Amino acid sequence: MLNVLSNLFIAAVLAGTPLLLGALGEILTEKAGNMNLGVEGMMFMGAITGLVSSYYYEQFVMKAGGTPSGFVSALVALIASFIAGAFGALIYSFLTITLRANQNVTGLTLTIFGTGFANFFGEFFAGKAGGYIAVSDVTKKAFLKVNIPLLSDLPVIGKLLFQYNWMVYFALAVAAMLLWFFAKSRVGLNLRAVGESPATADAAGIPIEAYKYGATIIGGGICGIGGMYMSMVTTSGVWVHGCVGGYGWLAVALVIFATWSPLRAVLVSVVFGGLTVMRMYISIPGLPTQIYDMIPYIATILVLVFTSMHENKEHAQPKSCGINYFREER
Amino acid sequence: MSVIEKITSLGGKNVSEVNNLAIKMDKITKTFGKVVANNNVNLELREGEILALLGENGCGKTTLMNMLSGIYFPDHGDIYVHGKQVTIRSPKDAFQLGIGMIHQHFKLVDILTAAENVVLGLDGKTTINRKKINQEVSELAAKYGFELDPTKKIYNMSVSEKQTVEIIKVLYRGADILILDEPTAVLTPQETEKLFNVLRNMKADGKSIIIITHKLNEVMSISDRVAILRKGEYIGVVDTDKTSQAELTEKMVGRPISLEINRPQVENRQERLHVVDLTCLNGDGLKALKNVSFKAYAGEILGVAGIAGSGQKELCEVLAGIHPAIGGAVLYTAEENGEAIKEPLLGLSPDQISKKGVSMAFVPEDRLGMGLVASMDMTDNVMLRSYRDNKGIFVDRKAPKAQAERMITELEIATPGVETPVGRLSGGNVQKVLLGREIACAPKVLIVAYPVRGLDINSSYRIYDLLNEQKKKGVAVIFIGEDLDVLMGLSDRLMVLCGGEVSGIVDPREVTKEEVGLMMIHVDKEWKKKYKKKKKEKKELQMQQSVESDMQTESLGKEENHE
Repeated sequence: MLNVLSNLFIAAVLAGTPLLLGALGEILTEKAGNMNLGVEGMMFMGAITGLVSSYYYEQFVMKAGGTPSGFVSALVALIASFIAGAFGALIYSFLTITLRANQNVTGLTLTIFGTGFANFFGEFFAGKAGGYIAVSDVTKKAFLKVNIPLLSDLPVIGKLLFQYNWMVYFALAVAAMLLWFFAKSRVGLNLRAVGESPATADAAGIPIEAYKYGATIIGGGICGIGGMYMSMVTTSGVWVHGCVGGYGWLAVALVIFATWSPLRAVLVSVVFGGLTVMRMYISIPGLPTQIYDMIPYIATILVLVFTSMHENKEHAQPKSCGINYFREER
Repeated sequence: MSVIEKITSLGGKNVSEVNNLAIKMDKITKTFGKVVANNNVNLELREGEILALLGENGCGKTTLMNMLSGIYFPDHGDIYVHGKQVTIRSPKDAFQLGIGMIHQHFKLVDILTAAENVVLGLDGKTTINRKKINQEVSELAAKYGFELDPTKKIYNMSVSEKQTVEIIKVLYRGADILILDEPTAVLTPQETEKLFNVLRNMKADGKSIIIITHKLNEVMSISDRVAILRKGEYIGVVDTDKTSQAELTEKMVGRPISLEINRPQVENRQERLHVVDLTCLNGDGLKALKNVSFKAYAGEILGVAGIAGSGQKELCEVLAGIHPAIGGAVLYTAEENGEAIKEPLLGLSPDQISKKGVSMAFVPEDRLGMGLVASMDMTDNVMLRSYRDNKGIFVDRKAPKAQAERMITELEIATPGVETPVGRLSGGNVQKVLLGREIACAPKVLIVAYPVRGLDINSSYRIYDLLNEQKKKGVAVIFIGEDLDVLMGLSDRLMVLCGGEVSGIVDPREVTKEEVGLMMIHVDKEWKKKYKKKKKEKKELQMQQSVESDMQTESLGKEENHE
């Protein structure tokens, strides 16, 4: 029993990491007052770009007669997926911040665009690579669990905490950085002001547009990295059509569940990760698997119902979220 | 006109001649689409003076000041700060020039602390040393005589505390020119006096201050000079000690108007609304009203005073049927065949209330949020009240359009036409549209919340007249207000709320403003006895006098018995 639980926990962390990255990216975005519903799209863009970049890095090195390095390959995937997500967010930012288009519509469009983008190029590069596109074992290995001397060998704790792939720790580092950023840094304080009350921030001399662009683009990049996790870790470096499939939406819901706190996002992403993989670890006889698949989404609905029932001023959505700001509006 | 003003009005480009002017605005023009907000406006602020900026609503005062604070950018004209021509493109530019504006609608972030709001947007180290800024803010507050807890969150603050944060914010940024946009609109008399003392301290400290206000008595008490705008045009500037309220009003409106608030007496007042032990919760589940009991009579104006957030909003909404109560009763006295019947209203929806034949009009505090649809034109807004009377699936636009046009002429609403979205109108005109629509329904009870908030004198007096007209028609008017002078001048009886409780219902002719101010901040259980005693003494005094002179005081005594 204990074994099952610890296995479930490990699987939950692994499944929760892309959710965490998506949620962190969206938290950063929403703190600037931009409700970007394009998380799914940006994750898709990051997923395909990360995979394809790694693949072509390997091909390039091998053609030149060398042996590709797993570290460099992972780095290439990281950077490429960040840029892809950031590019999606840049489109969104330009439309909503500069042209003041409706945020919800733009975000939904970005989701549709990103999904199409990833699936199109997935097919395209798979065709070019001869049927399917997959990274080599070197890169795959770079995304397997790490071995930290001493810590990984600790009984129980080592297995539960110190034997994940590097992206799990990367996501935790991003969460810690955001936590520090919002609570302690000057720029973070200004950013919160922009999201809460842009008119106030504007009157205080904070360059609203720069903050909004910055947070949205970096947030989009983090979402893109979350997508890369799906194609590199979840599907083990093989492009699978529609691999992100709904995780972006779960990430958006997680933001609300986490009440816009990076710290709580870590906790709830593990819970949601656990819900998505539960069927493989806890089986109730006679219960169809479809019911298990529904659980994360039912939980999302319940969470949304409960969080909207109790209004708390501090753990709430930034007040101006979803509303574009125009200084001279009367 | 002083020598300097004469010289500068001739051209004033010479730097040396405008040296002791903190601000000089020269031929400023600003338009919004077709609307000209400011037309060739000149304004001069001397160093170390308090200048009052006076003008009717929509005359462009705030627009003019927003060009100094960097919110708007002028279409034409030059701005000089301390004699130097400047370009103010953003609020940051304004700070760098030492200009700080305290906006009418506070620009504060609710979820941050006072100190965090103060340092917002400032350059400095990557991380914020909260201990240090808290201390700096405390010191600054103490220097000018403010009381402020730097670690308190804005959403826990009263209006006057928020204002303090705003002022500290601009002072912290080293502003030596302060612009206050209607700072006293939401303060109690005591708070206003405190603020004025602080302003005088600042003036003594060498700061130059522009204050926008509608209240003439405040203009007279705080300012050195008064600049007047009318319909976007600059009228002139006068020394405060050489002018009078009447002169200022005339300059501002363009014609002499009476400053007296009428309080016509209506005979034979009947009970219309009886509220018993009304209790309700607010959005946070706390008691917003605690055992509120009062009566409202046909043919009188019942004023409701209190600090913002003392339960006024909930009271209005419970009476209008849009907020649930958890206890008590609201009884409406209807007349049927000459007999008075009391009908309970609590728990009915606004629609049911009106179907029962109880016509109640509610002019909410949030005009464009609850009262009118900003993006719809006047006709459509008028129709919101009357479209249900149409039969079939089509609506009749002609009648409401005619009504809208009638309202424009009768209430002197300044609008390009009935097709203009009401959101584009200025505050006073929006209020007139709303009030006009409600009055057109011929209500028996009229509830108005802050009907003159942000309105200029002319519009305000028009609103008072409208309310008095309704009162004379036998409507029971409940008037929620914030300006004590107005409340005490207009109402027949004044109910004071404090923290959701009724701290007293008084005759405004019998009490002083200070007494009402005290009632607003605490509920004194002993007070009722004192008030009764005082009234009794006064009555006895009157009796003695009346014995000596005549028997005329009897009617007065009767009125007081309404309590």
